[in-house]
Amino acid sequence: MAFLLRCPNCGSRTIEEFVYGEIPRVPDSITDENERDLDFAFMRNNPRGWTIERWFHVFGCRRWFTVERHTVTNEVRYRSPKSSSNTS
Amino acid sequence: MNEFMEAKVDLTWREPKDNYDVVIIGGGGHGLATAYYLATRHGITDVAVIERNYIGSGNSGRNTTVIRANYGLPASVAFYQRSLDLYKGLEEETERWLMHNEMGLFWMTHTETGVRQEKARAHLNTAMGANTYFVTPSEIHQMCPEIDLEGGGRYPVLGASYHPEAATARHDRVNWALAEGAMRLGTTVLQRRTVTGIQTHGDRVTGVQTDRGPIGAGVVVSCVAGQSTLIADMVGLRLPIRSHPLQAFVTNHYRRTFNHIVASVDLATYVSQTARGEMLVGAEIDRQPSYSYQSSFDFLQATAAKASTFLPFLRDLRILRQWGGVCDMSPDSSPIMGETEVAGFYLSTGWGTWGFKAIPAGGEAMAELVATGATPALIEPFRLSRFRDDRILADAGSSGTQ
Repeated sequence: MAFLLRCPNCGSRTIEEFVYGEIPRVPDSITDENERDLDFAFMRNNPRGWTIERWFHVFGCRRWFTVERHTVTNEVRYRSPKSSSNTS
Repeated sequence: MNEFMEAKVDLTWREPKDNYDVVIIGGGGHGLATAYYLATRHGITDVAVIERNYIGSGNSGRNTTVIRANYGLPASVAFYQRSLDLYKGLEEETERWLMHNEMGLFWMTHTETGVRQEKARAHLNTAMGANTYFVTPSEIHQMCPEIDLEGGGRYPVLGASYHPEAATARHDRVNWALAEGAMRLGTTVLQRRTVTGIQTHGDRVTGVQTDRGPIGAGVVVSCVAGQSTLIADMVGLRLPIRSHPLQAFVTNHYRRTFNHIVASVDLATYVSQTARGEMLVGAEIDRQPSYSYQSSFDFLQATAAKASTFLPFLRDLRILRQWGGVCDMSPDSSPIMGETEVAGFYLSTGWGTWGFKAIPAGGEAMAELVATGATPALIEPFRLSRFRDDRILADAGSSGTQ
């Protein structure tokens, strides 16, 4: 499903202009350092619902920004730049 | 009489029990094939296939039905060739007409690098027992004059690897034939039942929880597509899977017989003709991870433009319908099959955009694993622990969708 993303610099653009960036979140239950590295490299949370993620505006300002998106409806919530830094 | 009238499905429905030897989650191609081969090859029929919707309602009924073995890694070629061979005999074995039609596949490239890659693919496939050879543009023109070698002036065709054994089959009929075969021998298929949890005792699986009560099982096999992460979560297993939508569309009836599958590696677009005469066009996955089944105009626009660069006659056709599915994409674009850390819980996942062609071989291998407890050599490279062992099978270039 295609949807529009609002780039903080360029405004609303089609999703085709952006590149997806995942924020890997290794669960706290994994304590071993090697296991954490393995999880970081390969394992995916793949949430069904709201998730915080990064997008890169490759065919625009070429900057990263953070949004919250629902992975079923593709509804997007926007966050202010200050609050986005400490959410991952 | 049309295809659906004539293809009456002879399914034997059974009342659900509280306990089975084997519970298979997911009544799609891989789930039904696992049940089918358990019943026919190993005589194990105390099996329940649990399907959330109706059988074949997920990706098994949404794919573009291409069967081919022209992969880029030795283990993959051997596996998909086994599947291709099983498909050839499946009509005779199940005594059902699956509309299996050998077409021949052009795997075209528009770059010099791609030409080298396709030559390498032809050599590797030949070495591993799959029939693939390189064809030049003039040979392509002789075999399939409909292909525009100029590529609309932008994407000139520099060559292709040709895979004569590539085929298509009717996906619903494959599902029905496997379901019929399994259910005739005693397998239970439970539709409209959702698995909501997996019960474990110690580190062993003991059954599943469903929206209509628990079902005990000695072995649980997950053959789910699109939602594998949610199933793995139920046993606390981490998977290297991300869900991406994949879309396709068909045009109206094309009056001529187009007996080829034409794919462009660089444009990530593939075209074939269905048994009803529609031209079926598929392309790359949606880039954002999502569980959405909704199709999009963006996809239609981009894919129609790409497909009509190398098959200009598509411009004269009209688009009839479009649909989407949700694919389990693994990081190395190879499937994940076999045992997990949880005893008795087996996985067949990561089928991404390449699941339909693997239905017989995947089912056969999973059935052997369930019946004997030993991982068959054919699928051993595809184990989940390959990521831990640093033995990943990176083959995105052979998927045709990335």
